[in-house]
Amino acid sequence: MRINLRQMSDNQAGKIAAVKVAGDLGRRIRDMGMVPGTDIKIQGRAPLYDPVALRIRGATLTLRNNEADHIEVEVEEECKQQ
Amino acid sequence: MQATVALAGNPNSGKTTLFNELTGARQHVGNYPGVTVEKKEGTYTHPDFKLHIVDLPGTYSLTAYSLEEVVARDYLVNEKPEVVINIVDSSNLERNLYLAVQFLEMGIPVCIALNMIDVAKKRGIEINADKLSSLLGVPVIPTIARTGQGKQELMESAAHIVQVKKEFRALKISYGDDVDRAMLDMEKEIEAGNFLTATYPARWIALKYMEKDEQILSQGQKHNPDLSARLEETVKKVSSHLLNTLDTYPEAMVADQRYGYIKSLLKQGVIYQKYDQNRLYSSDKIDKVLTNRFLGPLIMLAVIAGLFHLVFTYSAVPVNWLESFFGWIGHGLYTILPDGLLRSLIISGIIDGVGGVLGFVPLIMFMFFGIAFLEDSGYLARVAFMLDRVFRIFGLHGSSVMAFIVSGGIAGGCAVPGVMATRTLKSPRERLATLLTVPFMNCGAKLPVFALLIAAFFAKYEAAIMFAITLGAWAGALLVAKLLRVTVIKGESTPFVMELPPYRMPTFKGLAIHTWERTWQYIKKAGTVILGFSIILWTMMTFPMLPESRVGEFESRRQSILVSVPASVSTELERIDEGTDLSGAARDLKKQLQIINYAEAEAGLRYSVAGRIGTALESVSQWAGFDWRTNIALLAGFAAKEVMVSTLGTAYSLGEVDPEASGPLSEKLAEDPGWSPLMGLGLIVFTMFYAPCFVSVVCISKESGSWKWGAFAVIFNTLLAFSLAVLIFQTGSALGVLTN
Repeated sequence: MRINLRQMSDNQAGKIAAVKVAGDLGRRIRDMGMVPGTDIKIQGRAPLYDPVALRIRGATLTLRNNEADHIEVEVEEECKQQ
Repeated sequence: MQATVALAGNPNSGKTTLFNELTGARQHVGNYPGVTVEKKEGTYTHPDFKLHIVDLPGTYSLTAYSLEEVVARDYLVNEKPEVVINIVDSSNLERNLYLAVQFLEMGIPVCIALNMIDVAKKRGIEINADKLSSLLGVPVIPTIARTGQGKQELMESAAHIVQVKKEFRALKISYGDDVDRAMLDMEKEIEAGNFLTATYPARWIALKYMEKDEQILSQGQKHNPDLSARLEETVKKVSSHLLNTLDTYPEAMVADQRYGYIKSLLKQGVIYQKYDQNRLYSSDKIDKVLTNRFLGPLIMLAVIAGLFHLVFTYSAVPVNWLESFFGWIGHGLYTILPDGLLRSLIISGIIDGVGGVLGFVPLIMFMFFGIAFLEDSGYLARVAFMLDRVFRIFGLHGSSVMAFIVSGGIAGGCAVPGVMATRTLKSPRERLATLLTVPFMNCGAKLPVFALLIAAFFAKYEAAIMFAITLGAWAGALLVAKLLRVTVIKGESTPFVMELPPYRMPTFKGLAIHTWERTWQYIKKAGTVILGFSIILWTMMTFPMLPESRVGEFESRRQSILVSVPASVSTELERIDEGTDLSGAARDLKKQLQIINYAEAEAGLRYSVAGRIGTALESVSQWAGFDWRTNIALLAGFAAKEVMVSTLGTAYSLGEVDPEASGPLSEKLAEDPGWSPLMGLGLIVFTMFYAPCFVSVVCISKESGSWKWGAFAVIFNTLLAFSLAVLIFQTGSALGVLTN
């Protein structure tokens, strides 16, 4: 199932399906290793629930929720909570 | 043999550590031409050769996303170093190779340092360096920068590249059929038109057009507008085709294929991973606590308050030494030099001015040691992560917080290290907004002014007023930042996407070198610009001097007192050494003479340029209730805010008042019918917001790269402060509150 990165819950894992943004932000996201096909796992969120921290390629990256909106992730159905 | 070697790599790959390890203390820090990005150079000496080493800024890519990337790329293209050493973090190989691939695409001589190989091993990652080397066609040397292991082999293999003049051919990756085909056409056109080919390889230019690289595009448009337009047209066609068929962009294709290439490379027996890549390590477990929703902010407060406390407590000792040292020099010169202008210039102008500035040195050293520790350990990135949501509202960045706190977000900091601390911010607009607003914080030099005014008018509410002042400074700074970000520094917020590096124990060497660099830059400034400013300010407060007739008037008043007392008393006062007890009559006489001396000093100050400016400004400043005395004090406060107290003392005929003991002055202000609590409040607010002291202005200009921003800080802040003071005074007067 495809969901938005913002909607993922803590510790949920998935595979990036698409990064739908061009320009500076898109370039930066890809430069940091977030390209389709990459495994990611949500590590946690800042005290005010934004930004989000995630594990990718063995490193921890952070991005703001409005930046995460551009990233679609393929997750397994049963992992989705609520 | 001599050659230049450039060190390049991702941030947190251990690049700076390796640079320090290679060059030791033989470093030179400067700036890349025209920008504020730091350029570090040094020399590595081997029995057989000498290498000039340039530390390029840390970057994740060469896409011209940030100033650092542009600087690194320009250096590689224009200066053509003989070898580029690409430092990669072995425990994070896949992502680090992304930059390596881009170097290879440029076809420049590269040598890879497989750094932190020990960390990788601990994480169960085995890397076959020989295999990687043969696949990439460049030397790959495992290193551990912290211990220096592998550095000699690394340097020898770099030197070997130069000695045998090894050929490097640009790496050609397939970016997918559509892109590849278009790029072939573009390459032909570029070669045929000699389009920028003097500087860049043809295929690389085509690639940068595909990536919509702003820098290369604008160069191309200038060089040959027609050809550039044709190339852009080709890219546009590919773009719309890709968008229709694959719902993606050419630049995304390029990045995807680079990562695909890396993945296929690593699969050919280069890497063996025992555990899942995204497994959590001890660093991540620490993060579970340090960025916890409840504990995280509490620990952060404790860490910041602790750092602040340590820095200001321990730096107080050497600061006092320096102060006594300059006091001692001043006193020594006072006794040697004859009374007159020269003595006044040297002591009040030069020694007090430069001494006051150099007095900051221990503070800056301690502060930067602390900040460097937090930064190198990885904690600063977590602070940015936790606070970003708050600061973003005001157009700032999570990393802005450190600069605000250092400047006096907890009352008692200093804007000078605060402004310098903005270097940890990588987003240009957020950085500028931060460095323009940190001077609103309540630095240690403003505190004596507040203490004076609170004691005079609000003695009962001291704690409450101090708290309000602190909150007011934060509110003011954040709101002004927001204002700047929607007006003069308009622009989208820089993407926050950043790495939380694993926690690491910083090396002492690295911290010491970092601290010394910052301190030395500050000292260099103090020696030049600030000396000049001190002398100008002294001149303004000294000249023109009182005319003979008025000096004579004071002299005759002194004489008339001297003759009115018995001769024994006046000789007692003349002969007596300092510190011995005087008889009652002599003490009386001394007091009376002092009153006249102070009155003369007041008259002299009013007669000087500064006094005249202060008087002339009365017509405007009366709107805020400030008279000429306050105006002069504010003018002098431009040197350092605490100077306001001593200047007000002189202006009120009390002699120079010690900022630490302003009791008599605050009584005087409280009794003075010209003052009211309302004016006191207005002056507090004005002091909070008006022009930063000139040391800060110099730092702001230097850090922003332009005197324009220094001037902006002076003018804008003063206008803002004045508007607020007028608002308070006029509203208060109209409503009749706090007027007596």
